[in-house]
Amino acid sequence: MIELKNISKKFRNFSLKSINLQVEQGSYFVLLGNSGSGKSVLLETIAGFYSPDSGQIFINKKDVTNLSIAKRKTALVFHDSALFPHLTVRGNLMYSLKTGKIQRSKWDSLVNDMASLTEVSQLLDRYPAKLSGGEKQRVALGRALLQKPHVLMLDEPLASMDVTLRSNMRSLLRKINRSGQTIIHVTHDFEEAAMLATEIAVIENGSIMQCGKPAHVFQSPKSEFIARFSGYKNFFEGNIVNNNGHSVFRTKNIEIVLSDSEAVGYGFAAIRSEDVSIGIEKPISSARNNYRGQVTSIEQYHSNYEIIVDAGQEFSAYITAEAMKELALDVGSWVWVSFKAFSVKFIEK
Amino acid sequence: MLLEIVFIAGLINFVAHYYGLMKNFSAFTLTLWLLGGMVLLFIAAPLLGLFLSTGAPKLFDTIQDREVTRSISLTLWASMAATIIFAIGAIPLAWLLARRKFRFKGLVNALIDLPIVIPHSAAGIAILGLVSRDTLLGRIGESMGLSFVSNPAGIIIAMAFVSLPFLINAARDGFSAVPEKLEKAAYNLGASPMRVFFTISLPLAWRSIVSGLIMMFARGMSEFGAVVIVAYHPMTTPVLIYERFGSFGLSYAQPVAVIFISICLLFFALLRYFSNRTALD
Repeated sequence: MIELKNISKKFRNFSLKSINLQVEQGSYFVLLGNSGSGKSVLLETIAGFYSPDSGQIFINKKDVTNLSIAKRKTALVFHDSALFPHLTVRGNLMYSLKTGKIQRSKWDSLVNDMASLTEVSQLLDRYPAKLSGGEKQRVALGRALLQKPHVLMLDEPLASMDVTLRSNMRSLLRKINRSGQTIIHVTHDFEEAAMLATEIAVIENGSIMQCGKPAHVFQSPKSEFIARFSGYKNFFEGNIVNNNGHSVFRTKNIEIVLSDSEAVGYGFAAIRSEDVSIGIEKPISSARNNYRGQVTSIEQYHSNYEIIVDAGQEFSAYITAEAMKELALDVGSWVWVSFKAFSVKFIEK
Repeated sequence: MLLEIVFIAGLINFVAHYYGLMKNFSAFTLTLWLLGGMVLLFIAAPLLGLFLSTGAPKLFDTIQDREVTRSISLTLWASMAATIIFAIGAIPLAWLLARRKFRFKGLVNALIDLPIVIPHSAAGIAILGLVSRDTLLGRIGESMGLSFVSNPAGIIIAMAFVSLPFLINAARDGFSAVPEKLEKAAYNLGASPMRVFFTISLPLAWRSIVSGLIMMFARGMSEFGAVVIVAYHPMTTPVLIYERFGSFGLSYAQPVAVIFISICLLFFALLRYFSNRTALD
């Protein structure tokens, strides 16, 4: 378990402001934030590259705030891999073994096992300069894991990969996490966070804005920032079920029709507020998703309005001032909420 | 006469070269070639002249002269010894300058460059003041049976003094060029500072360090001013060339110079070749 208590650190034009975090053993913790939000610096602080001005860091209940980098066992995979260019892939993988206490006779099998897990077995005798971005990341991942770290920390590990590679890398990361490895993963990509995280913290400008289960953080974003960050204010957790040959997403209370017939399994359905329309009558239209509910709140949002409707699930819809006037909405009004199947984004977990 | 011929030959060669390589004629690039070519010629012409004016029989005689061969081997091994002995301290110093912040670092950097800018005769005087028989260091040496003055030990010290900046600067630049992130990554993998130094910093800066070692060796070997003051005898080759010139004249100094220059060039070609090969591995 990793615990940060009131970590503060001033840099020249940026600071971490009393960060409190708790990362449970075996969890997949995603730190979500824009570039410059301080997420990478926070990782490097946990790794010990910076010592905080105040606050404490605990790893498995032990205070490591003043422990040297080498003794922390917090493996950090850098954004750009940081492989040693003068060593082969095998040399890179072996690096931590040579500092550890593991018998020399076991090194080869450990390296080979790790190479096959991270799918770099064919590359063992190559130098990093001859590897692609994705291969470098996998080697860096293996190199980090071989020291059997208390926590594996990943700094934007999927950023330099194409779509297929990303999906492979995600499965690999899930697999590693399922084997019991605690992971802290830093990203600016909301979908990546939703797909991988068991726990999410949103960081902005050196402060943690919100922390919790992904469904909770995205469903009831505490700040405008978080909502804007994901771009989706309607965020539901549920399962894809087959309903008369159609894929339907089922939450606890409602069913949502998707356009994506390939979608399977458990995950999130996300709909942008601007894609949700409000009507007094049930619309006769192509929109496949229509729900009746009661307006629970009306907020002015810039020159427009955000309407929250409780229709089994809470929906957020943006409407213009003109539409607002025409519909004469009030808190308590009964309305229809509708959106097209194409507006629903399914994020598989 | 000879110089003129060399110059004209060079000019013809250069013009031919120019038309062969440069399809896009422009007056400006022609001017650049002209100016640059003149400087190249300025370096090449005296050396070429030296080689062409020295006949083969004279060279053959000189190469069998024990005094000459002894001075050349003394020069080579003294400079090599100076380089190796002082590298043991110079390389760690270079790492500290590249990676650590400390007070008066700017002053230290300036101090390191000092041997390059002061007259080498003055450097020689300063060294002599440090190691002559009536100084503390001199007496300590004496008590161990080691005299610095008129002794290879003194030559080594004089050579090291004037040539150290080349190694320290090259090694410091080499260490600075190693991405700090790689050192951090190594610490993060559990490596001790010593292990990070020997397995990451040193190998990655190795090319610059070797280049610095070669430069230091070269500079030490060619040193005259400081060496002649600390140790006229035993004679290093630069001192021998000066002595032959003073006592017998130009034609006696020339063959020694030709032989010494040839050996230097051979040495550097070999060192460069091998250091490039190891860097590629």
